Amino acid sequence: MADMDELRSLFFVECDELMDSLAAGLRQMEAPGHDKETVHAVFRAVHSIKGGAAAFGLSTLVTFAHRFETALDLIRSDQRAADGQVLPVMHRSADCLSDLITAAQHDAPHDAARIAALLAELDLLIGTKPAADQTGFVPITLDLAPFEDMPSGYLIRFTPDAAFYRSGNDPYALLTALRRLGHTNTLVIQDDLPPLSDWSADQPKLCWQVTLTGDIARADIDTVFEFVEDCAALQITPLQGDTAFAPISIALEPLAIAPSQPETAKPAPEASATIRVSLERVDRLMNMIGELVIKEAMLSRVIQTAGLAQDLDVTAGLDAIRQLAGDIQESVMAIRAQPLKLVFQRMHRILREAADATGKPVQLITLGEQTEVDKTMIERLMDPLTHMIRNAVDHGLEDEVTRQRRGKPPQGTITLSAAHRSGRVQIEVADDGGGIDRVRVRQIAEDRGLISPGTQLTPTEIDQLLFLPGFSSKAEVSAISGRGVGLDVVRREIMALGGRVMITSTEGHGTTFAITLPLTLAVLEGMLVQLGAQTMVLPITSVQETLRPTAAELHHLGQSGRMISNRGDLIPIISLGAEFGHPEPARPLTQGVLIIVETDTHKRAALHVDGIIDQRQVVIKSIEENYGRVAGVSAATILGDGKIALIIDPEEVVLAAASDRTRTLAASA
Amino acid sequence: MITSIAPNSAGKSDVVAFKLADQDFCIDIGLVREIRGWAPATLLPHAPDYIKGVINLRGAVVAVVDLAARLGFGPTAPSDRHVIIIVLYEGRVVGLLAELVSDIVTLDEAQMRAVPDIASDPSREFLSGMATFDDGRILRKIDLAQLLPRTAGV
Repeated sequence: MADMDELRSLFFVECDELMDSLAAGLRQMEAPGHDKETVHAVFRAVHSIKGGAAAFGLSTLVTFAHRFETALDLIRSDQRAADGQVLPVMHRSADCLSDLITAAQHDAPHDAARIAALLAELDLLIGTKPAADQTGFVPITLDLAPFEDMPSGYLIRFTPDAAFYRSGNDPYALLTALRRLGHTNTLVIQDDLPPLSDWSADQPKLCWQVTLTGDIARADIDTVFEFVEDCAALQITPLQGDTAFAPISIALEPLAIAPSQPETAKPAPEASATIRVSLERVDRLMNMIGELVIKEAMLSRVIQTAGLAQDLDVTAGLDAIRQLAGDIQESVMAIRAQPLKLVFQRMHRILREAADATGKPVQLITLGEQTEVDKTMIERLMDPLTHMIRNAVDHGLEDEVTRQRRGKPPQGTITLSAAHRSGRVQIEVADDGGGIDRVRVRQIAEDRGLISPGTQLTPTEIDQLLFLPGFSSKAEVSAISGRGVGLDVVRREIMALGGRVMITSTEGHGTTFAITLPLTLAVLEGMLVQLGAQTMVLPITSVQETLRPTAAELHHLGQSGRMISNRGDLIPIISLGAEFGHPEPARPLTQGVLIIVETDTHKRAALHVDGIIDQRQVVIKSIEENYGRVAGVSAATILGDGKIALIIDPEEVVLAAASDRTRTLAASA
Repeated sequence: MITSIAPNSAGKSDVVAFKLADQDFCIDIGLVREIRGWAPATLLPHAPDYIKGVINLRGAVVAVVDLAARLGFGPTAPSDRHVIIIVLYEGRVVGLLAELVSDIVTLDEAQMRAVPDIASDPSREFLSGMATFDDGRILRKIDLAQLLPRTAGV
């Protein structure tokens, strides 16, 4: 038997998954004409949580889940419609259940008043108050089978397989449940039992035979076994009146020759095709592959310098290794990839809470929730997205009255969407609210001394003010967004993931926050550039084109400003060496190379470097871990010769250079 | 590389002693992970002048602090004879560039003196105390909490 703590933590992991499917199911139930199977799935989720909770003695959780389940059963048996009156209670109950699980997981106290209030609501739905704390394993089933063809008993033969035990089920609980239905006579079939020395937990052999007598509906028995029918062989045969107490040997006769998988039982499902692996192991694998990629680069350098590059065998072998390393890297990345669905589903809850707190009617539309990103990214996206959703409800949307005055539907809409876009992931949170009140934003920024009065700012630049630390557009801190976190924290968290946040806003029509993220935190396709004695890496995704400028294309602007005309466009030139404060003077522009990059704000800039060395995949290494953030640099990598090269953040470099220019211009004005 | 050191009895502590500009310094041995030779570092843009750059320590990016520059002796022009003392302090791995490591010394609590008030010198604020010896030698004990740049985060 595994360690109890381990089982317990496994239970909570399962709870997480069950809660996700519960939330998804409840949302599906909102749609008219939903599948009956959805209701069953929701019911099963709550039931499984209850079962697990009971095994670990989490009584509050069990009590609540039981009542929740009873209410769900009414919907399941069509005694109540899943209408606008019932569903909100179901949603709130799911939220409460999730909180109870979290509380149980951390041994934290729970909000007794809230639970009591919800239980009362559930009771109201159920109609009758069930006996206090009735937490038996048998769900209350009300669809009684017709009485006339009810036999006076059943012979039940029950053989759990390995999956039954693995999923934490206990035959004892089922046998006890049977005993509650009527008189039982339970036997263990000993014929097939191997000697104890040959016993294997993977191949359970125990088989029970229960003679159940009394006025029992077949449906009641089915309910007992409902959740184990796909992991146990089950045979239920009706007994005819007087044979109920027939000697066991006779009853055994037909059973002894019964096939090991009786027709009544479903065939055992194939072993699950997924495994759960700790992220740490995958990380280790990822790191090793990173090293492999570096070593491969090193080897290819050595071969080059040794003059072996002409040897066809050597180059072919090296190519094969490179190919393999790339494939392995991709496969491992795929292991870590997970759909954003997990995050998106939780946002429904955040939205509900925010809508409740502000009293604004809101709907959340999610698009592209199958978009996959790195697992670590999923976890770290939870907080920023939560904040942005709250923000959209609290600040973005107008109240109902204002909306109606503006001729909008009273219910606000927030759209959360995700898509892959040119090697990056783009996530957007869009509301159809009033848009950013730029006059007010500007005023607040001036009042708080974040900008000096009279500064010339474009609308986009005003929007960016929202990201400044210490900026909050609400005069008083509200209950939901005033948690000491501002958009500056959101931006910092996204930037820590190698991503960026942008705002676009149209007055009267809403605001969109767009986050772009790299696909993975581990590798990047980079262009290696030479800057004096240093080698640096530029992410290939930002590179538009590279060119060697002719003197005719270069133009001056004022004293030090330089630009290049490129297909009718004037693009500012940024000398990377100077920007990074390198001691060696850069080559003259006509001898160097210009790399034209486009940043997320659609600004183009030409980065001046001394030369381009190579283009290759680099393994991203954190600088922050041991040192801290470096302006204009997003991370570092290790080159084939073992030296470190810094990875340039073009966005930051362009922004910094642009603000430098504004500063210089302002100073000279 | 220095591996495990047996714990000292009460009041005693082991330190790694090293030289900078003809003065003797030391650092708690518990903080030292390894000592390695100088290897060219990659420059860090916008870094303070006492940051020599970053080096590759078995796949980790580690910044190197020029101790001489930090303590006000002026920047070091590192050669092959210089050493980098790798320390682990508050979860961060940092390299300290020093001239040469002399030895490992066991200090007694009784040897420790407070840093005298010499207001003008910058090195004072980076020291936690001074150990005196009978032969007149003095070991200046480095205070990493003060010495390491608190640059994390923007």
